[in-house]
Amino acid sequence: MDLARTEVTGRAARAGNAARLGLMAVPVAFFAVFFAYPVAAIVARGLGSDGGWRFGRLWDVAAQSDIRHVLWFTTWQALASTALTLLVALPAAYVFARLEFPGKQVLRAVVTVPFVLPTVVVGTAFLALVGRGGLLDDLWGVRLDTTVWAILLAHVFFNYAVVVRTVGGLWSQLDPRQEEAARMLGASRLTAWRTVTLPALGPAVAAATLMVFLFTFTSFGVVQILGGPTFSTLEVEIYRQTSEIFDLSTAAVLTIVQFLAVGAILAVHARTVRRRESALRLVDASVTARRPRGAGQWALLAGVLGTIAVLLVLPLAVLAQRSLDAPGFAYYRALTSDDGNVFLVPPIDAIGNSLEYAVTATAIAVAVGGLAAASLTRRDAGRLVRGFDALLMLPLGVSAVTVGFGFLIALDEPPLDLRGTWILVPLAQALVGIPFVVRTMLPVLRAVDQRLREAAAVLGASPWRVWREVDLPMVWRALLVAAGFAFAVSLGEFGATVFIARPDNPTLPVAVARLLGRAGELNYGQAMALSTILMVVCVVALLVLERLRTDRTGEL
Amino acid sequence: MLLELERATVRFGGRPVLDAVDLSVAEHEVVCVLGPSGSGKSTLLRAVAGLQPLDAGRVLLDGRDQAGVPAHKRELGLMFQDHQLFPQRDVGGNVAFGLRMHGMPRIRQGERVAELLELVGLPGAAGRAVAALSGGEQQRVALARALAPRPRLLMLDEPLGQLDRSLRERLVVELRELFGRLGTTVLAVTHDQGEAFALADRVVVMRDGRIAQSGTPLEVWQRPADAFVARFLGFDNVVEATVTEEAAVTPWGKVPVPSGSAQGARTLLVRPAGVRLVGADEGLRCTVTARTFRGTHVAVHLQPEGAPRLEAACTLRDAPEVGGVVGVSFDAAETVVLD
Repeated sequence: MDLARTEVTGRAARAGNAARLGLMAVPVAFFAVFFAYPVAAIVARGLGSDGGWRFGRLWDVAAQSDIRHVLWFTTWQALASTALTLLVALPAAYVFARLEFPGKQVLRAVVTVPFVLPTVVVGTAFLALVGRGGLLDDLWGVRLDTTVWAILLAHVFFNYAVVVRTVGGLWSQLDPRQEEAARMLGASRLTAWRTVTLPALGPAVAAATLMVFLFTFTSFGVVQILGGPTFSTLEVEIYRQTSEIFDLSTAAVLTIVQFLAVGAILAVHARTVRRRESALRLVDASVTARRPRGAGQWALLAGVLGTIAVLLVLPLAVLAQRSLDAPGFAYYRALTSDDGNVFLVPPIDAIGNSLEYAVTATAIAVAVGGLAAASLTRRDAGRLVRGFDALLMLPLGVSAVTVGFGFLIALDEPPLDLRGTWILVPLAQALVGIPFVVRTMLPVLRAVDQRLREAAAVLGASPWRVWREVDLPMVWRALLVAAGFAFAVSLGEFGATVFIARPDNPTLPVAVARLLGRAGELNYGQAMALSTILMVVCVVALLVLERLRTDRTGEL
Repeated sequence: MLLELERATVRFGGRPVLDAVDLSVAEHEVVCVLGPSGSGKSTLLRAVAGLQPLDAGRVLLDGRDQAGVPAHKRELGLMFQDHQLFPQRDVGGNVAFGLRMHGMPRIRQGERVAELLELVGLPGAAGRAVAALSGGEQQRVALARALAPRPRLLMLDEPLGQLDRSLRERLVVELRELFGRLGTTVLAVTHDQGEAFALADRVVVMRDGRIAQSGTPLEVWQRPADAFVARFLGFDNVVEATVTEEAAVTPWGKVPVPSGSAQGARTLLVRPAGVRLVGADEGLRCTVTARTFRGTHVAVHLQPEGAPRLEAACTLRDAPEVGGVVGVSFDAAETVVLD
């Protein structure tokens, strides 16, 4: 009897492992072909020499004082940006999760807009706000573009939504009665939050912190524009070595340094997250939000709205204002004309290209990332699976420039020649989007009570049906957020796309960058106009997503 | 009075969930609010706790108005319906939580936790994870956690709702004994009348945000205030009747009522014990539709011709077969004129 039972459980466990490995197969293959292979190609080109390796180059490069300076600046500005982002955005996560106020849906989309803007445009918008001849300069003679503050503020601007959505998403589903239980035991509001809610939010905060740190650690467009000659991150340095100095070897070495640093961070992260996650009691998000009450909540709401207005909306408003800064919409009308000097097509065509690529990239990212998240759900998984978890995050850490450059040199010759195909761009964008999908879905998937799955299995549901009937309804919200992130990332992706988008098929960010790279007021104005259009497209897309989200939530 | 509610009112979207409720709880008293789901009993607890602001009326503790006193300063204990134990803390961490909040020194915390776990019958469980506890054990931990800071008033929301019957019956006795021994003042809400009657010194029946009746379990059981309370307590022999002196005219014919009953158009309750089975040719002719064994007696369901069903209680030996025809007479001692 006991023997038979052991055999059955053993077989079930093996079947479970087999199923997990099966789920992993697609993401693993995807990463092998589109990530590992191109990265290997670029590393080989940099470090390899006549069939041998020159590992000593690593030390040579890292020992250079200017490189050391870059490494130090990259690290401390990332730490400062992350701390500042958490400080500013955590109250907003609370406000969006727990308070009900008119216009919340729209505002949720508004705070996400900066995140989908190309980094180049973020940089330019802040230049227009705090730079020479910028708004603050005009008004009070204040200039921040020579200080690190411009970079830090732009990073907060850019990453605000990461914290609000990742942390707020989980927060809105935490049972408020846990906090009430603490309050009844004599904990003040703040203590109840610190001792009950904060630990429960731990995984989501850790995930958001990691994301923000990695984004700011690998920040490219923002630093390129606002850093000037003084401030340079590893990413900017890689780009400079690749495209200005054409020193592929040094670029490759820097890539490896970045790779190692990011790998170390991710390993630490995977460890802490695994220890902290506990099965939370999730409730429907629609029942947890309340109208603000008391002076404290109203003050918090007002503070968050004020921050959003000054930090997020103002730069965008300045951007839009600049695009209209010519009589008769001259900048916009110039977009439709094919004058042939910057592009082979009218700049306006970039909109269609961008949307097409983004939809395809989102589909790929959600499919591959969703499978990966599903295979990683069980926390008791083995070492192999955990390693895979960390591996999935690598495209976040490795520079987008490297991904694009790797695509360019690895996928343009047999055995895999995709140079002429349009799918190359969505593939690169999906690669960058997948970590978002995984990071957004995993905390929620893991927080689903395992007993619910067991209940479904006992009722005769196959593993696939269990996922479909139990996990999916509960994580539907997270899945949509993940898709939104993937879409946003694709739409704003610049570092990789700039290498592989064909000249006659530019995406919006690429078109903006090319226009910005040329002198002349008309080009600058057109860049502003195109950025404004990108902003509007993003707002519309996000509003649709938000709408979809509420409808689905109503059904749950 | 330890706790007084004066015309306490809470509205959700304009609809009153608590409708001008007056309620008082004396020191060392165990009061149980009984009502169907949606009657506003949980909102009542939340309003007392300070988790739900009142739209009108007052909550007084020891005669002091609690408006503006935040939940954590009211020195009340609340045991949640689904316990709400903190999953990230072990048993000891849960029980010690309130002590930490009140700034008790660490050494004394440990002593008090041990003392309380002993009290609720889980000695030495401090190091266990809450996820590994059974339903009954979670219940005990939740109770220990609520009692630890010595609240002025302990509130219980469906205290035994999720437990199996035998455990529930055992725990009710334990709770009653414990509260008596500790002199705890308790305000509990439940939808289970057995629980309420077993636990409470005084039962308060709620309906649609209002108090329908308040009294000792015996009073409520013997003289339900109205048809709603009677039906909620499980009495189904309730009909409209016209009372004239010591008889009532009902669809079941003339039913004798105790002397001194209210006169005129009333609602009449006949307890199952007051429905006597007699020969088929005497009294009200009924068909037996069902028999339910109730342990101490058999409930016999009867269908009179052209009148509402009746439930009779009789011994197993006397219970007629299903489908049989019997006559029914009524006992004045077991009838109550309501209103």
